[in-house]
Amino acid sequence: MSIKLGVPSKGRLMEKTFEWFGKRGISLGRVGAEREYAGVVRGAGDVELVLLSAGEIPRELAAGRLHLGVTGADLMRETLAGWDTLVSPLAELGFGHADLVIAVPTCWVDVDTLDDLDAAAAAFRIVHGGRLRIATKYHRLVREFLRAQGVADYRLVDSQGATEGTVKNETAEAIADITSSGDTLRANHLKVLHDGLILRSQATLFKALNVEMSAADRTTRDALIRRLGID
Amino acid sequence: MPAPDRAAIRAEAMRLRAMIEAVGAQVVETPVLQPAEALLDLYGEDIRARAYVTSDALRGEQMLRPDFTVPVVQMHMASGAEPARYTYAGEVFRRQENDPDRANEYMQVGYEIFARTEPEAAEAEVFAFIFDALKPLGLRAATGDIGILAAAVAGLQTSERRKQALLRHIWRPRRFRALIDRFSGRAPLPESRAALLADPDPMARATPMIGARRADEIAARIEALREDAAIAPLSANEVALLDAMLSVRETCPFALERLRDIAVDMPAIGPAVARLEARLEALEARGIQTATLDFEASYGRTQMEYYDGFVFGFHAEHRPDLPPVASGGRYDALTRRLGAGREIPAVGGVIRPGLVLELRGRA
Repeated sequence: MSIKLGVPSKGRLMEKTFEWFGKRGISLGRVGAEREYAGVVRGAGDVELVLLSAGEIPRELAAGRLHLGVTGADLMRETLAGWDTLVSPLAELGFGHADLVIAVPTCWVDVDTLDDLDAAAAAFRIVHGGRLRIATKYHRLVREFLRAQGVADYRLVDSQGATEGTVKNETAEAIADITSSGDTLRANHLKVLHDGLILRSQATLFKALNVEMSAADRTTRDALIRRLGID
Repeated sequence: MPAPDRAAIRAEAMRLRAMIEAVGAQVVETPVLQPAEALLDLYGEDIRARAYVTSDALRGEQMLRPDFTVPVVQMHMASGAEPARYTYAGEVFRRQENDPDRANEYMQVGYEIFARTEPEAAEAEVFAFIFDALKPLGLRAATGDIGILAAAVAGLQTSERRKQALLRHIWRPRRFRALIDRFSGRAPLPESRAALLADPDPMARATPMIGARRADEIAARIEALREDAAIAPLSANEVALLDAMLSVRETCPFALERLRDIAVDMPAIGPAVARLEARLEALEARGIQTATLDFEASYGRTQMEYYDGFVFGFHAEHRPDLPPVASGGRYDALTRRLGAGREIPAVGGVIRPGLVLELRGRA
């Protein structure tokens, strides 16, 4: 047996993760052709690198098919109900920063808080007949947040990409999406609500809690965690 | 202890339904798949967290029946004679996102009365039936009345718009409290609101205009906010009375006395308190000892259901992990919303036969 470490398979998130481990004396790398999703770990004993989509890492950790995994805190919370009973965060890696926020058109000069959004939604429903639409791919997180905050008369509509454009296209009136600098929001004439921060997220190393492993594997995993200096 | 098996639960459900049928209710069935539209319109986005949604290309989104009330009301509004008593038994489906111990599928047996006269008698009839049926289990019955709170809000010395905002959030206590704090001046005006009100021409900044919410809607809300800013705050006295009313938690006779005292300074709740009194008499006439029955003015406020008057629930005190074994209340507004221009006073309650068996096994 061996320990399985899950890392995002593409782009900056993968490179930054390799870099983060590299600085701590653990070398991660791809093997074979550029397009092959196989990896190798050097300097940590019997550890296997599994490259897969960041969105699948939460489920794989929960199922116990990965022992350790790097993914965004936002994806973890959105994907897994009761996430903190299934995984434990070991370290925030200092990149992949993203805030999940609620944003509305800049031209809504009367709306700056959730209280305003709620009132605007009530009026919108009377004028338009339907509920005010909020485009997002983070359905669970957004719904739980708005419910806790007592916002009513909205409806979530699914948007898996280019969410900032939905308002101009009139497929939604507001959005809930991740933003790092806010540039894309501004370019699309949107502003973040004053109290509309749902979650601060960054790339995080998680440990699976419900995974069966041999004594040797446990030793390997704990040694790796110690090498990373996050014990 | 293992959960009772499904056959035993079904048999218990049929037994309860037959008892309700025997007191004059008509047995009804509803489809398991419900058009999502009506439920979404009624409950809003929250229902998606509580109901299973599925779809096909022909009928669009469907929900696995999360309760019977909505389809039974729709059926009655479409074709029912008056007055009507209905009973049903069947599975309901509740999506669980946070608590793996809560059932996502369970049996419900219901008793619903649609009647234009003697509302208190109908309330007592439903409550007393459930009370008697569950008596051997030694449950704690709690009652409340959303109608008293609604009457108190309607009677506040403030603008119609503020009252509507409060009424809209009766079922969301946290936002309700935030609104009270703002309307009474206890919470400061957000900076952005103050800046907006100070700006002689805020619409000049409303550019570029994008989205389906149009400029006139934005301007109308600014106008409403200007009007609202000129309104006198709710008096400390009124807020204190509202708080006193909401904190009433006594056995029924003491609660009634307390509410009568409050009604002296808050006459708007007078008629609602008189209905409570009439209900207690109707309950006594049905053999319920109201002297030991609990009344909580805030009961039922955190439920999603559209109860707008009498509310009740039966709880197993030694099993705080269990949801209520039975619950119900009055839902006149629901019939108005689903009735397309028609309405009828309605009251009902549901029992969970699975919990009845689980508790009986222990008793």
